[in-house]
Amino acid sequence: MSTADTVIVNASSGEDADRPHAEGLKQDAFLERLRLFGLCSPALLLVLVIMVLPVTWLFYISFLSDEGTFSLEHYQRMIDSKSYTRIFLTTFKVSILTTFICVIIGYPLAYFLSQLPRRAAAICMITVLLPFWTSLLVRTYAWLVLLQRKGILNTWAIDLGLWDEPLKLVHNLSGTLIGMVHIMLPFLVLPVYGSMKVIDNDYLKAASNLGATPAQAFRQVFLPLSMPGLFAGALIVFVLCLGFFVTPAVLGGGKIIMVSMRITDNIELFFNWGAASALGVVLLALTMGILYASSRLLKLDRILGGGGH
Amino acid sequence: MNENRQRGEALPIFISNTTKTYGDVFALDSVSLDIKSGEFMTLLGPSGSGKTTLLMVLAGFTRPDHGSVKFGDREVVRTPPHKRDVGMVFQNYALFPHMTVAANVGFPLKLRGVASAEMADRVEGALETVQLGGYGARRIDQLSGGQKQRVALARAIVFEPRILLMDEPLSALDKKLREHMQIELRHLHDKLGMTTVYVTHDQREALTMSDRIAVINHGKLMQLDKPRQIYDFPSNKFVADFIGESTFLPVEVTGGKASYNGTQLKTAINPSSAASYDLLMRPERVSLVNGRTPRDTNVFKGTVSDLVFQGEAFLMYATLSDGTNVAVRGSTLRDTMANLPTVGSSVTLGLHKDDTVLISDAGA
Repeated sequence: MSTADTVIVNASSGEDADRPHAEGLKQDAFLERLRLFGLCSPALLLVLVIMVLPVTWLFYISFLSDEGTFSLEHYQRMIDSKSYTRIFLTTFKVSILTTFICVIIGYPLAYFLSQLPRRAAAICMITVLLPFWTSLLVRTYAWLVLLQRKGILNTWAIDLGLWDEPLKLVHNLSGTLIGMVHIMLPFLVLPVYGSMKVIDNDYLKAASNLGATPAQAFRQVFLPLSMPGLFAGALIVFVLCLGFFVTPAVLGGGKIIMVSMRITDNIELFFNWGAASALGVVLLALTMGILYASSRLLKLDRILGGGGH
Repeated sequence: MNENRQRGEALPIFISNTTKTYGDVFALDSVSLDIKSGEFMTLLGPSGSGKTTLLMVLAGFTRPDHGSVKFGDREVVRTPPHKRDVGMVFQNYALFPHMTVAANVGFPLKLRGVASAEMADRVEGALETVQLGGYGARRIDQLSGGQKQRVALARAIVFEPRILLMDEPLSALDKKLREHMQIELRHLHDKLGMTTVYVTHDQREALTMSDRIAVINHGKLMQLDKPRQIYDFPSNKFVADFIGESTFLPVEVTGGKASYNGTQLKTAINPSSAASYDLLMRPERVSLVNGRTPRDTNVFKGTVSDLVFQGEAFLMYATLSDGTNVAVRGSTLRDTMANLPTVGSSVTLGLHKDDTVLISDAGA
């Protein structure tokens, strides 16, 4: 009897008796994919509304003249005016220097943390992360207090006889760098620490067993294996620096003008949304260009995707 | 360099009074062990027995509390690992993932300043030794488990160390490949002739490969002997239990003769009456007796409680009159299978007098 039923069902849905439920299973798979897509649609919608639309709009108004007609005047001005070139050069100089100093300080720090026992590492990590939990503005003004002419650092140093005249530590490049390095350091330390933690100790034992001195083992095994984390961290720091505003504005004392500051000026002082948008577009394009170039150069997809394995 | 290549002689290893404690736990408890030059020595023991600690002491990664380790005449206990010049195969291979196969194998040569032309030759030679000729350009993540194993081995022997250490190198491989590699490693050892110290928890692997086996438990050397001797005449209950399958029957010793359940046993070696003893029964040494009792054989009467077909063997459990369950294993020859007693029927078990081994309880 049941055999007869099966035959009828198969006949009615027009299915091949050798491939039972083929159509139905295919349909189930399609519906499942559809439901999964449905689950991420709120996030996609959010990205569309707060990311894609504003950037497109930004892009659009950067090509509008003050009269509302299509024009390249905002871009033309960037090419003609020397000050814009200088601003972009300053932005890149500050970003590269900050990244470089972060690498110099952050790599040994991450190495130190990765070698500590778990509990001690957790405590030290809190001190690294502490800056994350206080307001950016508070930290920046704190540096102002510490570094200014009659600030704590200068006073103490003179009392101790380290230098005689108060050093100009703030309202210039060094002040900007000190503040930015302080704020950026965790962004470098975290990925580097992560990549160091997963380096199996046996690699170093093997190197040592094969005749490598501790320095050789570090140089030829540990360092290359921690490189993915270092590249990732340096890239994050560099890209964040490119768009940085508060710290250079406060600690640079008007001498360090970054792209983000000129954008603010364009809007707040000159009410020129077109010029501000054009700057934003160029900064975005440069950042994307750098990301793309470094991903080609450093095989970033493998670095970020594979975590070094 | 040439000097490096010519010193091919294997070295003996002398370990004496070596102790390593972690807190109150003795990982090594005053271990003394001499390994002959060119010997394949296996350190066998359960996990946590101290066998790996001993290997790490040999490699220089673990610093003992006290003790002496000599490679030939050279005292090395305070020598750092990179100056010991021993090859080592790690359990997880520890192949450098950022280097190719050739760079991995060439690594120890590069550190020793071998010229690049000679290095290429020797790398290829080592790869050919492990049957991976032509694999030099591969990345490590392109290799199968068995191939990684071989590369790790090639890297450990390419600089021609006189001592080779292996830490459970086959444990990550599947059974078939593992058994194949056991034979291959043994052949390689015979070919290269370096003193080999091999750590495993797999007793069959130890029996298959070793010249001698050092059974270790709780940081102490339990027995040191040839595989056959260890299997046939374990010197204490731990070794008897750890190696092979075993059933223990309590025996009484009176006047230098052992008896079980009132019946005197024929034994190859008579016990000294001092200690208490157990009779060791290996499942495959127990025979099923039909009819007349063969000469020089002890017999035990029991009831079949379980009978399992395992393919190449059958496994039978027989309950003796005192309630002890004895395992019996036999090959599944057609005649044997036809005459096997059924569950619940009575059975007579035979144990040849040479297989009737008494194990002293002392020291277990």
